[in-house]
Amino acid sequence: MMFEGNESTLAIDIAFWTIAASTIIGAIAVVHLKDLFRAALFLIVSLLGVAGMFILLRAEFLAAIQVLIYIGAISILIIFAIMMTKDMEQGSPFNILKFPAALISIIFCAVCTVIFLSTDWNMSEIASLDNTLESILIDGMANVFTNTIPYIARLLIGNFIITFEIIGVLLLATILGALALVRE
Amino acid sequence: MSLENFLIVSAIIFSIGLYGALSKRNAITVLMSIELMFNAINIAAVAFSRYVVPAKSTMWMIGDDIENSVQFVLTGQIFSMFIITVAAAEVALGLAIIIAIYRNIRTVSVTNMSELKK
Repeated sequence: MMFEGNESTLAIDIAFWTIAASTIIGAIAVVHLKDLFRAALFLIVSLLGVAGMFILLRAEFLAAIQVLIYIGAISILIIFAIMMTKDMEQGSPFNILKFPAALISIIFCAVCTVIFLSTDWNMSEIASLDNTLESILIDGMANVFTNTIPYIARLLIGNFIITFEIIGVLLLATILGALALVRE
Repeated sequence: MSLENFLIVSAIIFSIGLYGALSKRNAITVLMSIELMFNAINIAAVAFSRYVVPAKSTMWMIGDDIENSVQFVLTGQIFSMFIITVAAAEVALGLAIIIAIYRNIRTVSVTNMSELKK
C-alpha cells in the first residue's frame, strides 16, 4: 500500500520544488564549473538540498546526519584535497568521452523516469489486508513517523546489529588504510 | 508531491553524477560526482521507506505481531545511514589515494594515471 501523509499543502509543495531545483542546479554546477573550489562549494549547496529532502520525507535524524557528516566532514575533506593539489589552476576539463557520457546519462534518466511513472506502487498483495488490520497499520505508521529516533535505535542495535558492527570494523580499517597511504 | 516526484529528482541527480563521473578528467571531481550518486540513492531509499509499506513481508519477519512490525518501515532510513557511512569511508580512502598519487607523479588527472599500463 501507499502511505499518504498529510503533507500536500501548497507551502510544502513550494518547499519541495525549491529544494529540488536548488539540489539539481547545485549538482549541475558541480559537474560544469571549471573552478574546482567553486564546484566544491556548489556540492555543499546540493548536499544541503538533499538534507532538506530528508526533512520533507520525515527523516529528520537522517537530515542531521547528512549535515554533520557530508557538509561538516566530507566537503571539508574534499576542499582540503583540492587545496593540496596544484591542479586547481587548470580547473577540471572534460575528457574525450563528454558527449557519449552525456548521451548515456540522458538515456538513463529518461528510462528511469518512464519506469517510475509507469510502475504501480500500490503493491497488490497488500490490498488483501482487512480493514481493521489496515487501520492498525496506518496508526502505527503515524506513530513511527512522529518520532523516528527510538525505532531507529531499536533497529540498529537489534535487527541490524551485525551490519552495525561490520561498519565499525570498516571505519577502523579505513582509518588505518588512510594513515598507511599518506605516511611519508 | 508524491513518491514519483522524489524518485524523478533522485534519477536526475544520479544521472548528473553519472555524467560527471564518466566525463571529467580531475580525480577529485570524479569523487564529487560519485558523492552526488550516493545522495541520489539515499533520497530514493528514504522515499521508498516513507511511501511504500512492505507490510506483508514485515509481518512475515515477526509473525503476525503488527504493532512490532511497523518499525520495519524505517529499513530504508537504516540503509541510507549505512550508505552515508560507507561513502564517508570511501571518500577518506579515495582522497588519501589521490594525494599519494599526486606526491608521486604530480598530477590528479585520471587520464595521466597510466603507471600500471607500462
